[in-house]
Amino acid sequence: MTQPVVTLDGVSKSFDGETAVENVSLSIKDGEFITLLGPSGCGKTTILRILGGFEECDSGAVELDGRSVRGVPPESRTVNTVFQSYALFPHMNVFDNVAFGLRIAGKTEAEIHRTVDEALKLVRLESMGRRMPKELSGGQQQRVAIARAIVNKPRVLLLDEPLSALDYRLRKQMQKELKELQRTLGITFVLVTHDQEEAFSMSDRVVVMNDGRIEQVGSPREIYEEPTNLYVARFVGEINVLDGTVTGRQGESYTAEVEGASVLVKARREFADGDRVHVLLRPEDFRVEVMKDLEESPDLAHKFAKALLKGTVDGTCYRGATYDVDITLDDGKRILVTEFFDEDSETLYFHAGDRVAVGWFEGWEVILPHEG
Amino acid sequence: MNIWIKRAYAALVFAFLYLPLVVIAVYSFNASKYSLAWKGFTLQWYVKLLKNDTLMDAAFRSMTIAVVSATVSCILGTLAAFMLHQYRFKGRRAVFASIFVMMMSPDIVIGISLLVLFLGVGLSLGFWTLLMGHVTLCVPFVTATVYSRFKGFDPTVVEAARDLGAVEYQVFRRIVLPMAAPGLIAGWLLSFTLSLDDVIVSFFTTGPTYEVLPLRIYSMVRLGIKPDVNALSVVMITITVAAVLLSRRLLKEKS
Amino acid sequence: MKDSLFKRLVVSGVLGWLVLFGAVPTLMLLAVSFLSRDPDNLIKPVLSLSSYAELFQPALGAMLAESMAMAATATLLCLLIGYPFAYVVARADRRYTRTLLLLVMIPFWTNTLIRTYALVAVLKADGVVNKLLLLLGVVDAPVKLMYTPTAVFIGLVYTLLPFMILPLYAAIEKLDCKLLEASRDLGASRFSTFRKITIPLTMPGIVSGCMLVFLPALGMFYIPDILGGARTMLLGNYIRDQFLAARNIPLGAAASVAMTVIMGLMLALYYKSVRRAGRKVRI
Repeated sequence: MTQPVVTLDGVSKSFDGETAVENVSLSIKDGEFITLLGPSGCGKTTILRILGGFEECDSGAVELDGRSVRGVPPESRTVNTVFQSYALFPHMNVFDNVAFGLRIAGKTEAEIHRTVDEALKLVRLESMGRRMPKELSGGQQQRVAIARAIVNKPRVLLLDEPLSALDYRLRKQMQKELKELQRTLGITFVLVTHDQEEAFSMSDRVVVMNDGRIEQVGSPREIYEEPTNLYVARFVGEINVLDGTVTGRQGESYTAEVEGASVLVKARREFADGDRVHVLLRPEDFRVEVMKDLEESPDLAHKFAKALLKGTVDGTCYRGATYDVDITLDDGKRILVTEFFDEDSETLYFHAGDRVAVGWFEGWEVILPHEG
Repeated sequence: MNIWIKRAYAALVFAFLYLPLVVIAVYSFNASKYSLAWKGFTLQWYVKLLKNDTLMDAAFRSMTIAVVSATVSCILGTLAAFMLHQYRFKGRRAVFASIFVMMMSPDIVIGISLLVLFLGVGLSLGFWTLLMGHVTLCVPFVTATVYSRFKGFDPTVVEAARDLGAVEYQVFRRIVLPMAAPGLIAGWLLSFTLSLDDVIVSFFTTGPTYEVLPLRIYSMVRLGIKPDVNALSVVMITITVAAVLLSRRLLKEKS
Repeated sequence: MKDSLFKRLVVSGVLGWLVLFGAVPTLMLLAVSFLSRDPDNLIKPVLSLSSYAELFQPALGAMLAESMAMAATATLLCLLIGYPFAYVVARADRRYTRTLLLLVMIPFWTNTLIRTYALVAVLKADGVVNKLLLLLGVVDAPVKLMYTPTAVFIGLVYTLLPFMILPLYAAIEKLDCKLLEASRDLGASRFSTFRKITIPLTMPGIVSGCMLVFLPALGMFYIPDILGGARTMLLGNYIRDQFLAARNIPLGAAASVAMTVIMGLMLALYYKSVRRAGRKVRI
């Protein structure tokens, strides 16, 4: 098992009495693309700054390649940062900006020329060497910032919300480019963002943070499909939270009373009879059929034997590739269902006021202990 | 770097800047005439100051010229700032540059060149030439102050006014002027202070008919320390401090 | 769209004032410097370069050079004292910056004549400095500080220091902290960062501070008058003497023109440094 490139162990940090980071422990593997995801104030930027050497943690240990970096200033760490505002030196042109770190390190001019040209080619800015930062667009400035950081061949590259200033289209393009870049270079990337989509599209692993603490660490798929608590479930995508109580065990599944109906659910954890639980379902996990159709077609009704909850459609919303259906269940709970257009139903199928039966794809549910 | 070293250094520099002023202030309340030895608190020097007619007359003249030149500079400077901010016209850049150069010009160059102008035209030196001198000195500062205030404006406000039918002059009077008012007053106060404290330009642009306070003080202090001048210094410093504080408060909304 | 009457009045009024009190005096000064001296009428309308020639005379040249040297040294000292000070104030806690700035502005706006006068109290034989030196046992008898070139030098630095601090403060305040972090992130030590990033980017402040100190340091004739002996003379004293005592107007004008040329050079330097720092020139 190779040694992780970065380890954080019980790291805490406060500013003026306010806790920014509380008892955070994390191992970052060499060569992975890991993202710290969370809302502003959750502590993700503080962790990044601790890794970069701009803040010292109050307690806990931070190690880089197995050696403690306590007291080591930024200029002595083999870690480089891409700042949110790019922080390009306005009085130097692109070439000199990118060459800065190499010049400080005392490399020969010939080597600098070669390395800088390589880096500029990698971020597709080969001909821009002579330009000044203020002559460049936002996207170009960002690429210069990246080139300037990677040219020093750091062990870890820290990226502080690098794409937040770009427009939608450019952001999507840069996400692909960053991912490709990381693969090409093989350097460990630690990215900080509040954008869940961004985190998912680029990362090998995602660290979901809240209020200075880590809520969950896992691959994007794990985070989305198996959230460990309500916070993570809610932060990443839309979620429906049904309430229920465990009534018994049936082999590998549990029986439970959920929103007034008796259901069979699969759970990863152990539950006892009487435990109150949340049943989490993504909008696309549901199956909905109009009652009338079920009554008219016994076949359908049989297939839909699991349609356990009943409700009324409030309205629908066309989203292009999908459409959303707002439904109020008979016991008052409101849910959001996302349906996909397919060859069978080309037109909007549900209408406000329809009585519907709601079920879900077996095993897609996530059961969590009830919170509060 | 250690925060205490920084603080100590800053304190040292402040001490350097303020020590002489504090000493003079102490002197002005000291019953002893010339030495530092404390002989008791007294206001006698201030009373003597008020009784000194020459000084009081000069002070009055200084105040008068300060008020008048500040007002004229304020008007002219505001118009200039308005013009630069609002209008596009030929030579706009040149005007910007000229005002910047005038602000940076050392007092002696301003004083001398105006003296040459007055001599060449044949004007006798007195109140009017002094006024012209001070206005020339102050206008660039007012312009800069008011202009940066203008720059903070929302330009669509003026457009809204014109959309509602206001013509140039009304836009200026009813919209621009009131919004810029704090900047204007701050500019006035700065001009007032500049005029009150000016020595070199006054030296070259006024005549024996209109001697102002700094020049009177100048001829007095060449001969050494004088107790009533101490009192006068304290008074003048207090006026300056008040004016600066007031103008800072007015400019508070803008950075 | 035809220009309104108001606009035309404003523009012509302001431009008129600028020309009359800005351009005309300067041109007249320039013109006069090329004329000859007339004992009766002050100026003879005869073109000559004698004034400029006299400026470069050895005796005069030496005085001028001395004045420039003193002004330059005072400027340098103000820079060395003022830069760290401005840096500390600019990077200080938000809560204190306002007050600190105000404390710097007060000497800035106070009458420089009064401040010079206040120095006399401090520097004279029984003044604060001497009392302190005697108390500490550094000297046995009071040191003669008044009426020496040293006193003039101290006077220059003392009165002009705030003029250096304020532009420096403005420039340092504008400096983006993130640039300094980026520099250290890329491996530069604190000192390298200061040399390669902070200094170039605050250069406009440094140049304008030097301008606001150097030029007045040449011209403030009342400082040598009050604090200095008979020997110490600044360029400003010389100009004043030519105009008022010697009545040699063309010579005085030539000296003033020389001063204006120096100012022009410094302005060009300022403009260049602003362009280099990547910013636009603003008032």
